[in-house]
Order: sequence, then C-alpha cells, then structure tokens
Amino acid sequence: MFRFLILRILQGILVLWLITVAVFALFFVVPSNVARTLAGRQATPRTIHLINHRLGLDQPILKQYWDFISKAFHGDLGYDYYHQIPVTHIMAQALPITLSLAIGAAVIWMALGVFNGVVSAIHPRSVADRSMTVFALFFYSMPSFFLGLMLLFFLYYKLTLAGYKWFPAGGYAPLSQGVGQWFLHMVLPWLTLALVLAATYTRLTRSSMLDVLGEDYIKTARSKGLNERRVTYRHALRSALTPVVTQFGIDLGQLIGGVVITETVFSLPGLGKTAIDAITQQDLPVIIGIVLFASACVVVANILVDLLYAFLDPRVRLS
Amino acid sequence: MSTGSTETRGSEEIETELAPEAAAIEGRNPWLLAWQRLRRDRVAMISLAVIVLIALAAIFAPIFTHFTGHPPNRQYLHQGTTPEGLPVGPNGNFWLGTDNLGRDILVRIAYGARISLGVGVVATLLTVAIGVVVGLAAGFFRGIVDTVLARLVDVILSVPFFLVAIALVAVAGPGLTMTVLVIGFFSWASVARIVRGQVLSIREREYVEAARSLGATNLRIMFIDVLPNVLAQVIVYTTLLIPVVIVTQAALSFLGLGLQPPTADWGGMIAESQNYYTVAWWFVAFPGIALLITTLAFNLFGDGVRDAFDPRAGRS
Repeated sequence: MFRFLILRILQGILVLWLITVAVFALFFVVPSNVARTLAGRQATPRTIHLINHRLGLDQPILKQYWDFISKAFHGDLGYDYYHQIPVTHIMAQALPITLSLAIGAAVIWMALGVFNGVVSAIHPRSVADRSMTVFALFFYSMPSFFLGLMLLFFLYYKLTLAGYKWFPAGGYAPLSQGVGQWFLHMVLPWLTLALVLAATYTRLTRSSMLDVLGEDYIKTARSKGLNERRVTYRHALRSALTPVVTQFGIDLGQLIGGVVITETVFSLPGLGKTAIDAITQQDLPVIIGIVLFASACVVVANILVDLLYAFLDPRVRLS
Repeated sequence: MSTGSTETRGSEEIETELAPEAAAIEGRNPWLLAWQRLRRDRVAMISLAVIVLIALAAIFAPIFTHFTGHPPNRQYLHQGTTPEGLPVGPNGNFWLGTDNLGRDILVRIAYGARISLGVGVVATLLTVAIGVVVGLAAGFFRGIVDTVLARLVDVILSVPFFLVAIALVAVAGPGLTMTVLVIGFFSWASVARIVRGQVLSIREREYVEAARSLGATNLRIMFIDVLPNVLAQVIVYTTLLIPVVIVTQAALSFLGLGLQPPTADWGGMIAESQNYYTVAWWFVAFPGIALLITTLAFNLFGDGVRDAFDPRAGRS
C-alpha cells in the first residue's frame, strides 16, 4: 500500500515534469511576438531587445527552463508577461470561480445521474427507464457550447422578455457579494456542465445496478424478507456505486482544466478562460502555470481514485 | 484397417442421417450474426439512415448551392441582412435564414458537414490505428515493451487533453491537419488500453500456440491470429468515438482554433452566432441542431453495434 502510493506519486511527478518540458519546447519552437506586442507599433529594435532582456526571453532555452523549474520548486511560477503580476496570484483569483463551477455542477450531475440510473435499473424496460435512457443519450450527444447558448436563449433572454429577470447573461459574482447573487450567476453554467455529464452517470449507474441486482447476495437479502427499498439502497446501490465513484474522481480531476468551453460561453473568468486568453496572447508563464496545475489535479485525482477503489471494494489489492 | 473403415462408414451414415438438420444449424459467421442482430435493431437502422443522409449532404453539398443559387461564402448584404445589418430569418429565398454576413445558413451547414464528418472519420481512424498498434505490441511482447508503452499511456491519460490541445493548435497554427493530428495524438491511449487487455488473454490461447509451433512469425501471429479477435471490440469503440471526435473538432472551432473563416464549419458557425442569439435564433439553432443530430445518430448507432456484437451487454 505504502509502496504503491510512493510509486504513484513518483510517476505523477514524472508526468508533470514531462508536461513542463513539452510546453516549454512547444513555445520555444514558435517565434515569440510578446516583446513586439508589448512595445507597440513604433518600437525600435532596441526597445524590443530591452523588453526581451527584462523578461529573460533572450536567455538560452535551457537557462530559461532551469530558472523556471528551480523557482517552481519554491512555489514561484513567475510573472505574466503583460502586467508583471505573479502567476500564482492570477491563478488564485481564477481558481475559486472554476471550483464554484466544478463543485456545484458535480453535485447536480451526481444527484441527477445516480437517481435516474437507479430508477432505470429498478424498472428495466419500463416507460421511466426508456425515457431516462432517451434523456441521457440526448444530453450525452449535446455539445456543451450549444446547450449553454440554448439555456441563455430560453432561461435568460426569453424569461427576461417575459418579465422574469432571474438569471444574468454571464459573468461572475463572488460570494462576498452575497450567496444569492453568486448562486444566480452560477445556475446556468452549472446546468450546462451537469446535464451533459449526468448522462454518462445515468448510463453507468444503470448498467452497474443491473449487474449488482442480479447477484446472489441480493436474492439472499430479498429472501430474508428485507423490504425492497432497503435492498436497493443499502445493499445494491452501495456496491453499484464503485465504478460511478471512480469515474467521478477522474471527471472532477479533468474538469479543473476542462471547463474552458463553459467558462467561455458564460464569460466566467476562471482558470479555463484565463488559459485561453493567455494562449492567444502567448503569455507562456500563465499557460505553463495553469496547464501544470490542471495536470496535477488529474494526477492527484487518479491516485485518489485508486485508493478509493481499494477502500470501496476490499477484493482489490494495490500493488 | 478394418476398424478404420468401419469408423469412416459409421460417420458417413451419421452424416447422411443428420444431413437436413445439420444444414439447418450450420455454423454461422459471428460477423454475419452481428449484422443480422444489428439489422433487426430499428433504432440503429434509423440512425444509420440519418448518418448516410448527412454523408450524402456532405458529398453533394454543391447541389444545395445549385438549388438555392447561393455559394457557401457569398455575402448577400442586401437580401441577406435587414436594413439594420442583422441576419434575416428563414424565408423562401434563404430556407434556414442567413448569418451576420448575409450568407445562406442551409448551404453553409451542408458544406460544414464535410468538415465535421471528414475530421470525425479521419481523426477517429488515425486514433484507432495508433491505439491498435500500440495495444497489440504492448500486450503481445509484454516485458519492457509493455512497461514503456503502459507508462506512455498513463502519461497521455494524465494530460488535461483539451487545454494542451488548445495550446498546441494555438502555437502550431490552426487548420484541418493540425486538428486531426492533435485529436489523434491525445485519444489513442484509451484504445491502446482496451486492445492491450484483450491481447493479454488472447495470446495465451491454444491457436496462438499452434501458430507459433508451425513457425509463424510474431508479426504474422499479431495481425493474422490475434488482431481479428479484438476487432469486434475495436469496431464498437470506433463507432462510439466518432461523435466524441466530431464534438471535439467543433469545440476547437468554437474557440477559434479550428478552420479559419470564411470556411463553413459547424463549431465556427455557432461561435459566430454567439453575439446574435437574442436577435437571430436560427443562426445558433440550425448549426447546433445539425451537430446534435449527427452526434445523436452516431451514438445511437454505436449503441446498436455494441448490442449486436455483445447481446448480453447494454440494453439488457
């Protein structure tokens, strides 16, 4: 167990290191326009040279990489090229927004997905099952940017026209402005993310529940005279949730770096939107910082999922 | 000798006696069985028909130009926009309305289908080809090859795909080839993992041992004896991967990292419509519906293919 953990952590560090190398190499290959953009249209070659020098862009790539790595070990990810703000500061401002989005959506999609999956599995081939399956497949096939725009059209625009101005068209209201405002700003982004993802969980829970409901110990539980509700929720669901929980861990890890689309549609200045803006401006320190953080989330989530798997299903041995 | 001939005669007799029934229960090819099951699945067949229709629309996209008289990139600034410069809704001239530049949305959707289906199929094939080769090699050779390839798979699966894909496309310059390569590069790992798992058990079977004792080379065993036995799984995965790839391509375009304007492509059209959804619902709705119908059809068809190959799984 301990050996497993150490191995996985080392492996995770290796992955993160490879990612820094790849991103650095990637941006070194392309000629940088940062100094030219910063210097403005009438810049002399000398100004451009000075800016490059100030940002350390005139150093050899290996020196630049070494500086980055040695600082990163001390928690310093450098400064952004354009405003000289620490990257960690930029990320600290964006992270609460992304977390609000990811966690809120996760609560909705898990509740929706697991509930629908269980209802489908208890009454297979019933009208409820079939409509849940159609519902799941419909949203599973739905591109999130289209769903986001549709929600904006109906729940923001049409409702506002009808005199119910409940939801804003986008943007973020921090919790300091009051829970109500924060909540209303997040509802549409949450729904966008959750409806698309809930579909996977409905399908997963349904097939997992169907497998478990066919097992002998469920028959034993029933023959002991336990009521159906207890059999379903205490006995079957607990063991059917194992694959669902592992998928949840993986998705949540991926989500920290994967909410680009939803944040773009709803103009939420979270990590995804910040990354996109940095990418279009070739703001390398910010890009590396966010990519690294997002990868770390995936790596940590994967390790946690493995541990959780062994905890939920004692037959699994970690080695 | 005599015993042998009696035996032969005996089996001949049995064969003659059982002939009519034996013919009736003749061993059937598993592919044929799967196809027969698939053909009985009405939802899958309707989905296939929809896919074929979309493919036809893509191939014969110029027909839409012929009937409407509107090339995909021509801007009809007078007939195609209102005096305020806004898109015009669906009418006799523009069946699905126009976009912000007065271009015909119907014609652009038909041309956009070429990109979506083209990238969807080509990038998926690339992904599956890399995944199958890596998975075959890892599962078949085991040892150091497997260790190295399995670690590589772990690395690829730990990368926040979308973010790195965006960074790659932004750096290397957007375009069709780049989109296909980026999707292929990041998606093969899960195919490799599935194939590897299957190959690990197949390589221990007797017929592989038999092939080896007959002197077959590793390459021959891998591709002639092992590969056909993982193909069913690969086909199921492929059909379900196509819609995912189509949405990924559209998402990259939506973020401005796909094909550059004025090329018609669904993700790009939806991106352009973002600022107009309050005044021109058709501008966002029709390209979005085209995308949704396509992915839905592929997903329903993929489900059908999975059930056809493995009737116990899925909608049991």
